[in-house]
Amino acid sequence: MSEFEPQIVAFFCNWCTFTAADLAGTSRLSYPPNLKIIRVMCTGMVDPKFVIKAFLHGADGVLIGGCWPGDCHYINGNLKARRRVANLTEVLKQYGIGEDRFWLRWIAASEGTMLQEVAKDMTEKLKQLGPSPLRNLGQIAV
Amino acid sequence: MAKFAKVSFKKDELNKELSKFFKGMLSNGAVDAVLTPMAQAKKGVRLSLVTSAAHTAQVDPFAPVAAVSGAKIASSLTARPSGRKVAMVLRPCEVRAVVELSKLKQVNLEDTLLIGMDCLGRYENTDFAKFQEQGGTSESFLENAQAGKTATNGFDITGACKICEFPAADKVDMRLCALGAESGAVYIEALTEKGEQALEKSGVKGGGAPAGRDEAVKKLAAARTEARDKKFTDIRAEITNFEALADKLAPCVNCYNCRVACPVCYCKECVFVTDTFRHTGDQFMMWADQSGILKMPNDTMFFHLTRMTHMSLYCVGCGQCTSACPNGVDPMPLFRACADKTQARFNYQPGRSVDEELPLAGFKADELVEVTGQVK
Ligand code: SF4
Ligand code: SF4
Ligand code: FES
Repeated sequence: MSEFEPQIVAFFCNWCTFTAADLAGTSRLSYPPNLKIIRVMCTGMVDPKFVIKAFLHGADGVLIGGCWPGDCHYINGNLKARRRVANLTEVLKQYGIGEDRFWLRWIAASEGTMLQEVAKDMTEKLKQLGPSPLRNLGQIAV
Repeated sequence: MAKFAKVSFKKDELNKELSKFFKGMLSNGAVDAVLTPMAQAKKGVRLSLVTSAAHTAQVDPFAPVAAVSGAKIASSLTARPSGRKVAMVLRPCEVRAVVELSKLKQVNLEDTLLIGMDCLGRYENTDFAKFQEQGGTSESFLENAQAGKTATNGFDITGACKICEFPAADKVDMRLCALGAESGAVYIEALTEKGEQALEKSGVKGGGAPAGRDEAVKKLAAARTEARDKKFTDIRAEITNFEALADKLAPCVNCYNCRVACPVCYCKECVFVTDTFRHTGDQFMMWADQSGILKMPNDTMFFHLTRMTHMSLYCVGCGQCTSACPNGVDPMPLFRACADKTQARFNYQPGRSVDEELPLAGFKADELVEVTGQVK
């Protein structure tokens, strides 16, 4: 049997984390292909609905990546995102989607190595954790 | 110091005595209007807006029914204010929702005199009709409920009321106190300067304080808190994953009545009825293709989870969602159990204070560091 490959939906802010992913690419820092990157202008525009929808459709993990506090190009989008993530985490946790599957990380444009680490780390953790319990529910439940 | 006025009444005359208070406030200009539960011509009790002192005879503020949340009515009345002073008689859960709505700029408290009534619970709308048919009155309800008997033939107060730890209203100008009052009396309490002035103008006077009130409130709140915690334990043991949640929501038909009835579902237009969710045939086919099957209408869990994310921080546990569901889904315990978690995370309690910021309306640089666990 082939090893379980987690599907991670990654929302990366255009200015920091997406650029870091680009940098990782050009610096030949390879990271696991499990990340399906969606570029957003800012973590502050990641609607909690995007995250819920991703999990309901069977994503094994969701990673939101953005600029460090103080560096957001829209000044405080990332701080708003952090409150929303804390709130949404409490909702999802009740039904078995815990902090291990839903990450928010600050990764600056220059931190290609950190991007590689986070991607590897999350993929590894999700491999240990196994597929999302929502995978089996399929479209019956959404 | 809170001021009390005693309202003594003979059998079957509670509302007659209370009507004098409202009549007094209206005729002496303490307020221009009163919003209070009133008996309708034939049956039922509804919030009614009274602007004439000649129409106060039918007041029934302790009626154990709340067909719609009074907080929504308060919003209709004041969001675009009339400039006239209104006294609003509301249940404690409605007052707490009003506090939240005022922070959302959907209630304007400026010309409002808030009067909270002591709440021993309410019946569902249809059960209240039966209650009246069986000869039940607010007086009989208050007496029986204080003795712990809320159940009558085949029905009881709502599940939300049974686990509501707020039988008395805070953050009000006045209170109508029934808890711990001796039989044949209720009390009107003024808590703010506005309240004291209104009480004085109403002409209702004196007669001491309800000696047993604090104790009675505490006792009832403690019993309900215990019931609440038990409910939380049960629901958390029953629903540990999405599959169990889907089971719970299986009868749901996406009618969205629950969010229409919810006093703190604050969006002017719910995203679930916008074009965002008016999908094309292609889109549905694509989703169905993913696993070969798609339940229709779809997005049921998506709707409830999104609602939890949007408003559970402000959920006051009123149970209007459950009351409004035509399909026997019981969203209240789900939402309250969720609210318990989200509110604890932000140390937030809806209705506690108009000065406390809504958690999702603000942010700080140096908070919630545990979310990312990263320090620079
Ligand atoms: S979710 Fe239900 S219990 Fe909570 S405030 Fe809304 S209607 Fe009331
Ligand atoms: S009122 Fe009941 S059926 Fe309608 S959306 Fe809410 S839970 Fe579903
Ligand atoms: S622009 Fe990167 S988080 Fe706001």
